[in-house]
Amino acid sequence: MSVPKLEQLSQSVVQGPSLAAGAIPTRDWMDIPVKFTPGSYAYVAKKDKVEYLNSQSGLSFPNAREWSPEDDDWKLPEGWKEIILKGLQERLGKFRSLKIFMDCCVRCGACADKCHFFLGTGDPKNMPVLRAELLRSVYRNDFTLGGKILGKMVGAREMTVSVLKEWFMYSYQCTECRRCSVFCPYGIDTAEITMMLRELLHLVGIGINWILEPVSNSNRTGNHMGLQPHTFKDNVEFLVEDVESLTGVKPNISFNRKGAEILFITPSADVFAEPGLYTAMGYLLLFEAIGLDYTWSTYASEGGNFGLFTNNEAMKKLNAKMYAEAERLGVKYILGGECGHMWRVVHQYMDTMNGPADFLEKPVSPITGTVFENAASSKMVHISEFTADLIKHGKLKFDKSRNSHIKATFHDSCNPARAMGLIDEPRYVLDHVVDWVEMPENTIREQTFCCGSGTGLNTDEIMELRMRAGLPRANAVKYVHEKHGVNMLSCVCAIDRATLTSLNDYWTPEVGVCGVTELVANAIVQEDETRGELEEGLRTMVF
Amino acid sequence: MKYAFSFLAVIALILIAWLGSQIPGMPYLFGIALPYLAMMIFLGGFVYRVVQWGKSPVPFSIQTTCGQGKSLDFIKHDRLEAPDTTAEVVARMFLEIVTFRSLFRNTKSELHDGPKITYESSKWLWLFAIIFHYSFLMVVIRHMRLFLDPAPFWIAWLEFGDGLFQVGAPTWYMTDIGLLAGCVLLFSRRLITRHVRFISLVNDYFPLVLIFAIAATGILMRYFLRTEIDIVNIKQLAVGLVTFSPVIGTEIGAIFYIHLFLVCVLLAYFPFSKLMHFAGVFMSPTRNMKNNTRAARHMNPWNPKIIPHSYGGYEDEFREFMVESGIPVEKELPPKKDEEKDEE
Repeated sequence: MSVPKLEQLSQSVVQGPSLAAGAIPTRDWMDIPVKFTPGSYAYVAKKDKVEYLNSQSGLSFPNAREWSPEDDDWKLPEGWKEIILKGLQERLGKFRSLKIFMDCCVRCGACADKCHFFLGTGDPKNMPVLRAELLRSVYRNDFTLGGKILGKMVGAREMTVSVLKEWFMYSYQCTECRRCSVFCPYGIDTAEITMMLRELLHLVGIGINWILEPVSNSNRTGNHMGLQPHTFKDNVEFLVEDVESLTGVKPNISFNRKGAEILFITPSADVFAEPGLYTAMGYLLLFEAIGLDYTWSTYASEGGNFGLFTNNEAMKKLNAKMYAEAERLGVKYILGGECGHMWRVVHQYMDTMNGPADFLEKPVSPITGTVFENAASSKMVHISEFTADLIKHGKLKFDKSRNSHIKATFHDSCNPARAMGLIDEPRYVLDHVVDWVEMPENTIREQTFCCGSGTGLNTDEIMELRMRAGLPRANAVKYVHEKHGVNMLSCVCAIDRATLTSLNDYWTPEVGVCGVTELVANAIVQEDETRGELEEGLRTMVF
Repeated sequence: MKYAFSFLAVIALILIAWLGSQIPGMPYLFGIALPYLAMMIFLGGFVYRVVQWGKSPVPFSIQTTCGQGKSLDFIKHDRLEAPDTTAEVVARMFLEIVTFRSLFRNTKSELHDGPKITYESSKWLWLFAIIFHYSFLMVVIRHMRLFLDPAPFWIAWLEFGDGLFQVGAPTWYMTDIGLLAGCVLLFSRRLITRHVRFISLVNDYFPLVLIFAIAATGILMRYFLRTEIDIVNIKQLAVGLVTFSPVIGTEIGAIFYIHLFLVCVLLAYFPFSKLMHFAGVFMSPTRNMKNNTRAARHMNPWNPKIIPHSYGGYEDEFREFMVESGIPVEKELPPKKDEEKDEE
């Protein structure tokens, strides 16, 4: 799908038929059917990927088939409606959050203009409250007394194919960023609603390829990118060479090494493409500078977990590799790289799903001796925590001027900020390595705006949607670019590194994107280094 | 017209009570039977709903952190926004419930040409909600005077505080005005704010109109139709109701039965409606959980047994490549078998 020109889209977001910009819809939302046109939906999962996943123990991804959302007939399985309603009933019994969020909403509307999808598209059904009503209306109809008796009058409606289509449309226009849940007086979390909608859709074979292909890759090869062990190793070795030619120091690396003290896991995107590659180079340089005894794993070569965007079974299955590999290699604990949704899984789900990790030890920094009490049970430490601690203890020598070509700002990724509370660690690190400024206060920390392409929506066929959804973030970037001359948007998320690059290229092409560890490595002064003037840090081209 | 329907419904209820209570013998229905029935539905329904919620487990710790979590000792922990201990959770919940803290954060976003998005603090909803809920609470507490004999001294204190401005005779209570105003403000907001109007259901308008009518009939009785009612008889009935020995003395007045009937409707409606947010706010997992999930394991009672695609299976598929590129393996390649395995 081609993306509209900047001028066009700039006008359209403000003047188009947008409820966010003041246009008032004339029809009740229940009377507005969804229409799938190219660009309005992400491509559906390929048949062979669904079949493969369905064949894996513990997973269920039925109804593999060729189909298109643009067709009238979605080739739903026999009795699809009962499957959905039974699935909903089962989930109401399994998740208190779902029950409470179905029952408690008072439709006060506080969440409405907090959603980046709503602000960018102006589509009423992208207000978090309405996204939940899409499901709540069916819940009322089949699970509440009032709905059963009074029906549409009290906002109940029957489960139909067009409702199902609506679910598909809008559960894939939510990135589970949880910004709305910060503002909701009852903490209603649309991420929970979207997760349930997506789980229900998978029961009848509705899912997108940009999520299910990485899930199947990760299951088979260990990472989303589908890098086989030798390729993964090659990729990291290329980065080692790059680091050596830039700095004269050759980082020591190992793969699947038993007896290493620490297992390091980061999203595979970091060893796959720019600008994540520079963050990965940053890890190599940082670990070399402190002489860390660590290993990479090719089997658990993925920090991210697209299973989170499908159902909790797939999330558990993919995540289980981390502990399994840590146990097999006999490491003491796990160190995790920069990633957003990975840390949602690691912080809020991993120990519950796949713990207890009693074969590991309470994490202790081998360099500073700091005990990471906050990870005492899960035994997994975030790289920003680890680095901040190193800096605090004076274990890293920096030359901040090596980042003088950069004026940075920092993007809080949704999950570290709102599902973990990892907010000030990366800021502490930035303070020591680069000159940086904050974006406006309603767009940072717990109020941060999503890149617009999280939860597996970073696929090109929905680029216009992504540019719209990313507008609130891009707008804040533009503000600090114009006011403070910011030319680099730093973050601690691999998806961000990819998606914010597209976003900035579109809205603010003068601003690049980097990981925090890239900036750390830029500024690190190492013994025995022979680096010259690197005008662009690790990005400098050396011949 | 969803709001118009709400008015019609409430008017119908008023007529039922007004006309119904005039029929001889019916005061017993409106004054005794219905209040008991409504109270039973309210208590039973309320408990049922909460138990139903409680029956579903909280499989994952899904707290929404709204500030810095507990981490290294030199990183300042935001104890209220990312609580780590039970005491901190209690403090967070207390402020949430008592001060509507999340609503207080509310902002209003606006899209301008450019495009440029601006955010400004918007506390109207918070203010309206505070006025409405606190007035309602105070009115309910003041009504305890009717049910308790003798009325406890602290109710008199509250009444004194509530009537501090000493306007009119009998003194107007601030919270009477507050409750009416709260209903009107919240209702108007629903009509005027475009996106709120778009999402509002009958379920949203009806309780506001109902509560407005309850407050209005109450005010009429207290300030304007005092002669129509017999407060002594009302007190006798109220005390009788709570001591399970209700008597209806001489005629009490239709306005009282209207007021009481509307309250009964509200009580009976409560457990089946969004009004249950009153209980739900205490149980919302994003707010009432600790952000200590890496330090202490949270248990999922239905944790499914799912094992990962095994390392053994992985190595079997890629062993050759691994050996070739020098990655350590658990099982070496078979010595003289160079038959190629074709993996898909």
